[in-house]
Formats: sequence, C-alpha cells, structure tokens
Amino acid sequence: MELLKEDFGDMSPQQLAAPVDTVEEKWKLLPAFLKIKGLVKQHIDSFNYFINVEIKKIMKANEKITSDADPMWYLKYLNIYVGMPDVEESFNVTRPVSPHECRLRDMTYSAPITVDIEYTRGSQRIIRNALPIGRMPIMLRSSNCVLTGKTPMEFSKLNECPLDPGGYFIVKGQEKVILIQEQLSKNRIIVEQDRKGAVGASVTSSTHEKKSRTNMIVKQGRFYLKHNTLSEDAPIGIIFKAMGVESDQEIVQMIGTEEHVMAAFAPSLEECQKAQIFTQTQALKYIGNKVRRQRMWGGPKKTKMEEARELLASTILTHVPVKEFNFRAKCIYLAVMVRRVILAQGNNKVDDRDYYGNKRLELAGQLLSLLFEDLFKKFNSELKKIADQIIPKQRAAQFDVVKHMRQDQITNGMVNAISTGNWSLKRFKMDRQGVTQVLSRLSYISALGMMTRISSQFEKTRKVSGPRSLQPSQWGMLCPSDTPEGEACGLVKNLALMTHITTDMEDGPIIKLAFNLGVEDVNLLCGEELSYPSVFIVFLNGNILGVIRDHHKLVNTFRLMRRAGFINEFVSISTNVTDRCVYISSDGGRLCRPYIIVKNGQPAVKNKHIEELSQGYRSFEDFLHESLVEYLDVNEENDCSIALYEHMITKDTTHLEIEPFTLLGVCAGLIPYPHHNQSPRNTYQCAMGKQAMGTIGYNQRNRIDTLMYLLAYPQRPMVKTKTIELIDFEKLPAGQNATVAVMSYSGYDIEDALVLNKASLDRGFGRCLVYKNAKCTLRRYTNQTFDKVMGPMLDAETRKPIWRHSILDADGICSPGERVENKQVLVNKSMPTVTQTPLEGSTQPSQPQYRDVPITYKGSTDSYIEKVMISSNAEDAFLVKILLRQTRRPEIGDKFSSRHGQKGVCGLIVPQEDMPFCDSGICPDIIMNPHGYPSRMTVGKLIELLAGKAGVLDGRFHYGTAFGGSKVKDVCEDLIRYGYNYQGKDFVTSGITGEPLEAYIYFGPVYYQKLKHMVLDKMHARARGPRAVLTRQPTEGRSRDGGLRLGEMERDCLIGYGASMLLLERLMISSDAFEVDVCGQCGLLGYSGWCHYCKSSCHVSSLRIPYACKLLFQELQSMNIIPRLKLARYNE
Amino acid sequence: MAVPMSNVDEIRDRVILGEFGVRNVHSTNFPGNYPGYDDSWDLKKFKKNFRLDVVHMDENTLEFDMVGIDAAIANAFRRILLAEVPTMAVEKVFIYNNTSIIQDEILAHRLGLVPIKADPRLFEYRNAGDEEGTEIDTIQLQLKIKCTRNPRASKDASDPKELYLNHMVYSRDMKWVPIGNQADVFADANIGPVHGDILLAQLRPGQELDIVMHCVKGIGKDHAKFSPVATASYRLLPEITLLQTIEGEKAERLKRCFSPGVIELEDVNGKQVAKVINSRLDTCSREVLRHDDLKNLVKLGRVRDHFIFSVESTGILPPDVLVSEAINVLIAKCQKFLTELDSVTEME
Repeated sequence: MELLKEDFGDMSPQQLAAPVDTVEEKWKLLPAFLKIKGLVKQHIDSFNYFINVEIKKIMKANEKITSDADPMWYLKYLNIYVGMPDVEESFNVTRPVSPHECRLRDMTYSAPITVDIEYTRGSQRIIRNALPIGRMPIMLRSSNCVLTGKTPMEFSKLNECPLDPGGYFIVKGQEKVILIQEQLSKNRIIVEQDRKGAVGASVTSSTHEKKSRTNMIVKQGRFYLKHNTLSEDAPIGIIFKAMGVESDQEIVQMIGTEEHVMAAFAPSLEECQKAQIFTQTQALKYIGNKVRRQRMWGGPKKTKMEEARELLASTILTHVPVKEFNFRAKCIYLAVMVRRVILAQGNNKVDDRDYYGNKRLELAGQLLSLLFEDLFKKFNSELKKIADQIIPKQRAAQFDVVKHMRQDQITNGMVNAISTGNWSLKRFKMDRQGVTQVLSRLSYISALGMMTRISSQFEKTRKVSGPRSLQPSQWGMLCPSDTPEGEACGLVKNLALMTHITTDMEDGPIIKLAFNLGVEDVNLLCGEELSYPSVFIVFLNGNILGVIRDHHKLVNTFRLMRRAGFINEFVSISTNVTDRCVYISSDGGRLCRPYIIVKNGQPAVKNKHIEELSQGYRSFEDFLHESLVEYLDVNEENDCSIALYEHMITKDTTHLEIEPFTLLGVCAGLIPYPHHNQSPRNTYQCAMGKQAMGTIGYNQRNRIDTLMYLLAYPQRPMVKTKTIELIDFEKLPAGQNATVAVMSYSGYDIEDALVLNKASLDRGFGRCLVYKNAKCTLRRYTNQTFDKVMGPMLDAETRKPIWRHSILDADGICSPGERVENKQVLVNKSMPTVTQTPLEGSTQPSQPQYRDVPITYKGSTDSYIEKVMISSNAEDAFLVKILLRQTRRPEIGDKFSSRHGQKGVCGLIVPQEDMPFCDSGICPDIIMNPHGYPSRMTVGKLIELLAGKAGVLDGRFHYGTAFGGSKVKDVCEDLIRYGYNYQGKDFVTSGITGEPLEAYIYFGPVYYQKLKHMVLDKMHARARGPRAVLTRQPTEGRSRDGGLRLGEMERDCLIGYGASMLLLERLMISSDAFEVDVCGQCGLLGYSGWCHYCKSSCHVSSLRIPYACKLLFQELQSMNIIPRLKLARYNE
Repeated sequence: MAVPMSNVDEIRDRVILGEFGVRNVHSTNFPGNYPGYDDSWDLKKFKKNFRLDVVHMDENTLEFDMVGIDAAIANAFRRILLAEVPTMAVEKVFIYNNTSIIQDEILAHRLGLVPIKADPRLFEYRNAGDEEGTEIDTIQLQLKIKCTRNPRASKDASDPKELYLNHMVYSRDMKWVPIGNQADVFADANIGPVHGDILLAQLRPGQELDIVMHCVKGIGKDHAKFSPVATASYRLLPEITLLQTIEGEKAERLKRCFSPGVIELEDVNGKQVAKVINSRLDTCSREVLRHDDLKNLVKLGRVRDHFIFSVESTGILPPDVLVSEAINVLIAKCQKFLTELDSVTEME
C-alpha cells in the first residue's frame, strides 16, 4: 500500500479511476497553430527579428566612428530603421512598390535603410535624421512588406496570391529563398571519440565579435588544449596557471577529487612540473611563445605576456565572458571540460553529434544579420578611411561626412549575396555557396516544400552514414519521408508540420530568475562543489551559470513559471542526469513543437476548450497562456514522457501529442494512407509531388516566368488528408482523379507504363499548358546611341511582311494571340554598331549604323503569344517581356504518377471502344499493370482506390490522413450499399472481343499527377547537322541539335564483335573524316600535295584521318613534339 | 426452384461468377464443337431465337435487351455507337477577339465538346483540306458577347451576378448563323447547342469574345466530341440459382446480399424461404460469396447471349435513332465488304 501510494502520489482514488477522456477533435489545434504560425513563419519571424531588433543591436555595437586625423571628429549612429519597400521613380521621388511589380520588372523588392546620426562638421555638432545608407531586400509577408495584414481582396488588387506563403525575397525579378541551414550547436561542449578512439572535447564558441574553436585532447594520458592560434598544443595545467589558478590543489578541486579523476589528471600536473612552470607569469610567458604571429595592424605593440593574456581572455573559449581579466568562470568551464573527458574515458558515454538537440538551424534573419554586420563595418571603415584622408587637407568647405556616405555598397552587397547565394564573410571565415536558391514554382507544393527545406553543412561527397540517417530525436521535428535520393540523401531535410524554430531572446531575466530559484553563482564557488554528487551544474546557453542542489525543484518551478507566462514560452530547461547538469536554453535556432500538457494522468485540453476554439472564442495563444499547451524543444522532449494517444497515458506521462500526422512534412502530407506504404515509396512521392503540374497560385496568369506548367483542368483529390486541407492544396491542386483499372492490357504496359483512354484525352484529361518567356531590353549607350525596334520588313513585290516578320505589329513587337513558328521574329531589335564613346578627335558619323539583333523564337513546336509586357527595369532601360504559351495533350512517353511513388510513362493510347468497361458502362481513363504492386508494396494506393470509389458513389470526400483516415471496412461497406463488390473488384467486359474478362478487375478512381517530364521537350534525333568548330565533330546535346554519341562501351562492343568497317564508318566517316597529305619521307603533314619539310612532292600521299587526329598532331607540333606517320602500302 | 442445367448447357450458355474469377467467358458454340448440338448458323433458327425488347426509353436514354446473338455482334453495335455514328461538332474556331482569361486553345476545346443539335444525316462530310465549308457540310455558329457592369447594381453589391452583365458565357450564347439556303431548309430544326446551360467561360467587365465556329460532321473515332453517346454499354443478364432451399435467418441474410428486389422471402409452411424474384436487378456485387455458409448454396451466373444494352444519348439524336443508325453503319460496312470481295473475285 505504501508503495502504491508512493507511485500514484497524492491523487485521489476518484482521480485514478476516471477514464482518460479522448478529445475527439484535438486536431483542430493544428489549423489554429498554423493560423498564427503559418508554414513559413520561421523565416518571417527570423527576418522580422533581424530588421526590428537585431539590426539595432548591430548598430549599437558599431556605434561610433572616429578618425585618427582629427580627435575631435566623430560620427555616431543614434538609430537605424528599415523602411517600407519602394522604388525610385525619378531623382528623389519614390513610390511604394508591390512584389508583383518587382517580379515583372526584374527589380529588387527592397526598402531603404535609414539612420539617425550625430557628427561633427568643423566645430559644429550636427544631428541628421533619416539618412539612407543602403537598401535591404525585404522578405515577403514580413513586418515591412506591403502584404502584411492585408485581406485576400487587397491581395488580389496587388496581383498577389493570398495562399502564397511568402518568406522569400525578390531580387532582380527572381524569387530567392534563403534555405534553412543546419549547424552544430554553438558554445556547447561536445565530448567525442576521434578515429583512433581517443576521447576529446571540443567547443565552437561564437559571439558577435569572434568565432573560434577550442579542442581538448588527451595525449599519453595528459590533457592538452588545442587551438589554431597556438602553434602547438598547450598542456592544460599551464593554461590553468596562466589563468591565475596557480595552486595544483585548486585545479584538482575544480576538476574533481574522486580517486579515479585525480589519478587521470595527475600526469597533466606533472607536465607543469616538468616544464618548470609554477606561477601565472611563467605560464603566460610560456604561452606567449607559442602564440602564432597574428597579422599586425596598428595599435600599440604588446609584450608576449600581454598577448597571451589577451588571447586567453578573448579568443580561447570566447563565449565565456572575462571581465577585467577575472578568469574564474573560464577556469571552471575548462575544468568542467576536463572532467567530462575524464568521465567519458571511463564508461564511454561520448556525446552524439547527430543528436538533434545539439543542432541549431540558421535562418534568413541570422544569415542576413551576419551579412549586414559585415557590410556595415565595411561601410564604417570606408567612412573612417575617407575621413582620415580628407580631414588633413585644407579645403574651402569643411569636411561633411554625409556627402561621402554611399548607398550602393550595402545595397549591392545584400543584393549580390542573395542573388548568387555566396555568403563570404572574411571576419567569420565563412565562405558558403548555395545559401540561396531560386524558388521553384513548378507547383504550389514545390514552392511550399522549398520553404521548409533544411540544408546541412556536411559535405555531400563524404561517405558517412551518421549525419544522413534518421535520428530518433528528429521525431516530430523533421519529416521522416521528405528527403532527396542520391548524394544529398539525408543531408537535405524538411520541417514537419508543427515545427517552430526559436529566435534569440534576452537572457538577463532568465539569469535573474535562476539565481532567485537557488542557483549559486559560479564566481562565488571554490570549485570543489562542482563535483559533489548531489550538486547539478546549471548551464545557460552553454555558459555555466552556477550550481544547484535540488535540481528537481529548479526544473519544476522553472516550467511552472514558463507555463504561467513569466518567461518566454520558447525557453527550455532540461536535466541531464548522467552529466549531472541542468541546461537552460534561450538561444535561437532550436526546433520545438507544441504538446498538450498532461496533469495527473489527464490531458489539460478538454472538449470544451476545443469547442470554444471552433466557435472562435479561443485562439492558439490562449491555449499557451492558460497552460494547456506548451512548446518543447528537442532537449526538453527527451526529459518528458509523451503519450501518443490518450489511452497510452500512464501516471508518468507529462505531455500528449496533438496529432500524430503532424510528424510528417508538407510534401508527405499529400500522400493518402502513407502509413500503409513501404517507406521509400513515400520518399519517392515527396520528390515527385514537386514535379507535378497543376496550379501554382491565384496570380499564375499574371506571372511571366521563364517556365511554368499548368494543368488545364486541375481537380481536388477524392481522397484527401488533413494536411491537404491545412495547406490549401484543394484550392491549388496538382492532379486529376483518374478512373484506374488495374489489369494487364496489350503489352504496352510493361515496366510501369500506363495505357490511356483516347476519349479521356479528347475530353481534357492531362491537358496542360506550358508557358515560356522571351525577354529583351533596349539600352542606351555611352555614346548617346540606343537600341531601336523596327517595324516589320515588307516584301518588295507583295508589300506584305516577310514570313519571318509576319507576326510583328507595326511597332516591331509581336502581337498577342499570334501563332509563332520556329525562327520567326518576336522583337525586331536593332543595335548600333558603335556603342563606345568615340575617342577624342575621331569624327562620329552623323547617322549611326544599325545592326539587326532580332529576338527569334526557337522551338520545334509552335507557340502562341499570350501577353506582351513593355516596361522598364531598374537601369531605366526598356524591358520587353513576351509570354509564350503551348497547350499540350498527353502523348506516348509523357510521365504520370500517383501519390504513392508509382510513376509511369504513357505506353499506349487506346480508343474508348477498345477499353474494357464495367457493368455500369464505365471505361477506365488509365489502365495500370498489376505487376506494379507486389514489389512496391504500396497498399496505400489500393486503399486510396477503394476510398475514392466509395467517395464517388457517396458524393463525398474521404480522408486518407496518416495514422487515421477512413477505415477500409467502412469504405467497403459503402461500396456494398451501392451494389459494388466489397473488394472493389468489378465484373469487366473486354471492349475488343465483347466477352467478359476472366478476372475481376480492381477498378476505381486514383489521384494522378502529370509530371513535368514530357517527350516533346526531350525527343531528339539527327541525321546531319551542326559540327563543333574546333574538332569538326558533331555537336553535343539536344539544345545544339547534337549527334547521338557512340560511346566507349558501345565502341568496345563493336571491337569485340569485330565490325571494323562499321567502327570506321561511325567513328570517322560519319564524324570528322578529313583528307590529309602526308609525306612518306618525313612522316609530317603536307599541304596540297607538297611537303614543306622535304620541299618535295615525291612521297606525298593522300589519306583520310579524323580531323581531331590531325588537330592532335598539330597541337603536339606546337609544343615541340613531332609525331611522324609511317606509311606503307597495305597490300604489300 | 429452377431445374439445374446440364453441364454442357451451362458451359455453352452461361458465364459463371466464381469467387476468384469468371468462368466460361468465351463463347464456345461454334459448329462441331459439341457433339450432339447443331451449331451451324441458320437464318431461320436465328430469327426464332433472336429477340430485341425495349425495356425503357426516354428522351435521352434507352435500355433494351438483345437476346440470342453472339458477343462479337453485340459488341460491334456498342463500338459503332461509341465511335462510328456521325454527329456534328465544332471543328474550326475562328477567334476574332478573346480578351477573357481563358486561353484560345482551351476555349476552342471547350466549344468543341458542346453537343450541337443538328441532324447529321442531313449533312455531308467536309472534304479534307477544305477551308471554307458550304451549306451542305458546315453549320456556322457565332459567339459574340461582351461583359459590362450592371448599371442597376446596388452600390454595396459584391456578388458578381449582380455587379456584371454577361459575366458567365453559356452555350446558349452560341447563335446559329445559317449559310446559303440553310435558313429555309432547317427553318424548324432549331440548330444550336443541345444544352443551353453549359458554362463556357467567365468574363469581367470590358472583356469580350468574338468567335465564329464551323461545325462539321465527324465520327467518334476521330475525336470523342463526335461521339453521339455519353456512353453505350451492355451487361449480361444475371442469373441467380439457389441450389437448396434457404430459410430463416440465412434467407434474410441472403436477401441482403443482393440488390433490393432480387430476392424476396416467401412464407412457405410458416417458414421464410428465399426466392429469386428478379435477378435482372442484381448488380453482381458477389456479396454472397463473402458468406461462407451461403456461398455454396447459390450459383451466380449470367446469360451469355442476353445483352442488356444501355445507350445514353448526348441529346443530339434520340437513342433509338442512334441504335438504328448504328445498325445502318454495320450494314453499310458489310455491304462494302461484300463489294470488295466481289471485286476481288472478279479480278481473278
């Protein structure tokens, strides 16, 4: 009884007996969550934090500029703002701009950055407000974007789609996404084993000023500190002494006084003894000699000792603050590192690098703030340089720094980084490529999928499985299905539906709270307390805050305070019992997700709450404020007991999952019944869903993209999921419900090929529109000449435009609605032949000469002109954009896929009368071969068909939500009610013979996607055609009308077969055969029957060799190697 | 209860629905295949056996039974109905102006699929390469419509129906423009779309369509828009044989296994006994085969030569006309084949 009482604590018997209520519709929390957070809220939050908070901090940190030339001169920033996006119409006249205008006009959607400054001009002190220093690209839907807080109606007025998630930038007319970057957590001790099995600890410290990596290694039982500013590894004892802990006893006390710990550390102390270092001065001298010479840039020269002290204070373990060379905190930190390594050597519990609690995600805001800080510093140092240069010179006008503030440096720096994706910051030794990507607008899903993508810093080429494999700690945070195949597999990940990424927050109040809750400050400790078995060390964001005796109480009170709203909901606290630590985190980039709080075995969220939510009395925030729901990050998740369903709640349960399907991401959320599929199939579908065409947004018809695929008649899927509803896929679908018969037909369906019904195609199934654009700018040149657009050229006899110009309007630009054929002119542009400013003295011809540079249409199939846009871009040139359209009906070879990773090409198109039909007279749209099922094990597709069929008969949509959805049994009962077979198999008659088929056919609707790969874009063949200039061999590639290569392996086959004449024909005669004259005497190449070397024509004979071979001989000759040919008669 | 058929008769005349597949799907009654049966074709015998009963007919649908014929012939009628009975449909679309949101090609495709009420028998096929079209092979339709703001709309109206005029373009807006003497010849034919309420496009103020269409005669083989039927198909007459007397709870369950009206319960000596009333109504869901205790008490079959045809017309021609047209097409094909044969023999 006593035991029982202990187990169940102070719960009353009634409480214990009460059944756990199941809250039926707790999934409704999810739309509420997405309403306030949205799918791309991480990006937007992070960017908002940057332009509203972080940018001010950066300004504060680089507040004052002084000059060496004049001690009186200074410039001080008082404030900094980022405005609203605008465009400069003419000099100093600006006008607000909409994102869509930027897309169309190839401009950057950016806002001015303005500063308030105080500076001196002569002896005057001047304050200037709202001075622009550059432009900041603005993230769509961020706080400074024109779209925030607008209604759908206002969105449509701005030509914007209300369903578009935002979170990207528009730079030079291109939509660019800054991908989420995954990194190892900064400022945390990671104990790990190297390849030889030696245990070491490492810390990557990062602060605003510096970034450095400190390693602790063990060599022959001794501890060393490794840092790249030190030329060799420094014994740890010396470091301790250099930091002012001179007594060995004190060092050992800090590290730990257990027998085995002392034994393990003893050799390191001996090392000090050997080096004869006992005092701080000696130690500093020792280190000073090991310091790597740093680049010398100004400043008073320091002694070696000072240098060493400086190094220890600011570079090694940068993140541990050292005030006035009080090294106490840093010593304890170092001691803790040593202790960790010693303990890890014993029972081998090294940290897991791939554990997701050790990862931080870097978002657009953080990356931009790094970039901006760098540019801002550069801007300031430039100003200082100018001040240093100009102030000493005596001028009539006094030095006014405002005149030297150039805006383009910051503007161009930001724009170039985002448009190229190259983040190279010298200060942080950061040089990353591919940080940004062009937002894929193939379909709505591909755009959404891109916004949740996470790219990892790991090298793709390395063959490591750790970082690529699915970590248990990723549960619920990252989608387990959505990752690419191939080299980036597992390195590129996607966020799950409910994941939130934290932003940085103030840690001052947290420190205060921690101390109030009984944490003892590190600086007041003697050091021995750290290793007491009852004492836990408290870390805040990687820094040691102090120690606590009753960690349970600390953690519990902390959580209570958080639930009560006294501290931010994203602060996490967790205990690590093995390391005897309590970690408090408030840093940005942690992944977290909301959970329902469970108290005394009962979830806090009740049905009444949900009712209030659906009635609109309650928002997701209210759930947070009333401590019904809370966010947990990966580390805290590990510290909790989370029940998946109500019936799994036990007495220890602390939290309840909101909905299990939220562990999948956006792309995997489209799959109906994914829990019935073999897992790789879901992964394949995640990749293919992004290639499906359909609708991309409500503004799709206003866009002029380089390539856009749309479906003529997109449909909502018959079998939908909760995710589909949440992400509005039903409003912007990409696919059609096809009636599928799973049977074999004609043999043109092997290897996953599909047989399509011709009548379905006639009626619009799979019909798609392909939009492409043609662009042309009209420039003004430096010599006052400019490009012209000429009207169509008329035929001399008929006075009608020539064929090439037949679609041109009188203004020389093609007219909308016309049909363009290959090689016809779209814009009849001419360019002046001379565009350079003439040299002084030379005469400029009065009438400039023009040369035709027409923009022509290239394509094997005709297009129609949908739209012509004439505008100007940022450089004031005229910009002409032409939107071209093609309508395509599916043909043999076009690619289709269902939502289960089952792709196939169309193998045959069959007239309707040849199609099999069921008793109700239905013909399938698609016939699919049943061999596609056994090996793929996509049971989800089978269920989708059943649910779809029942839905069609019943006139409603069924759900195929992951880990839920309509039950197969219920669905099949529906089929029975409508007189269909329970298993979905119909009695089918052959359309060819008119006799019944021997088998029952699995027959019903399945949602099919048309993928972007179409034969029309790929088919290629050539008999004769262009050749490369250098080698005279046929060109390569479809775009250049190239030849089809007979490669090495094919060549090997022919050699093996002995078909020498065929080889000769393929490799030389049909390629680059060339007649050469060779002199039999000297073996060199001659020319027109004459050997230049022998000065004779006696032995010259003519033969055919590949041109490439002749080229090789000549190239060898040009580098002093003489290849000589030996000729012999082949019949001798 | 029906007397069980002899084994051979069953194989010859019935398709059997098994639990895992259909048995006896092919017709096997070709001459000489079964000793003791005379399967040679004989017109008199055919006439005696052949039956055609119209079960149901209304404006657009026709259900009739065709009994005593081979599947190949029945299927030929179905195929001809789908693909070879000609109709008139929009083939050429001349777009003089289209400022609407809908793309020219998509609009043309939609126009093509609108069924056009015109008797195709009164028209000729247009010759290949013929651009202009004449009164004997072409019907000209015009769609000229412009959307404007409704001047009488109330100020705070937000419903497009109230705000705009002509913002929905329906098929009824396609107007017939007679060519040549068509106005006199087809004065009372009322040529135009069959259904007036097919939505073709949506417009907003200022947008307009100015389109002329040429309808020509064609067949469904060329494009589905020429197909005169929504669908034409047949099914075989179901036949349910109870192999034993089934009574009580089992009978009740059996009844529920079939479509309503197929099996009814009869009171025989105070017991509820199942009886097949109308097997025609059954949809062949084979639900009974899921009940282990019932599945051996019933035989599910279908009569091999009893075709229940269902023809759904698109409304261009009444379904009975379509069927007779289909028969005419088949006759014409046979005649053509015969002449071909004759010409071959003549040449020899």
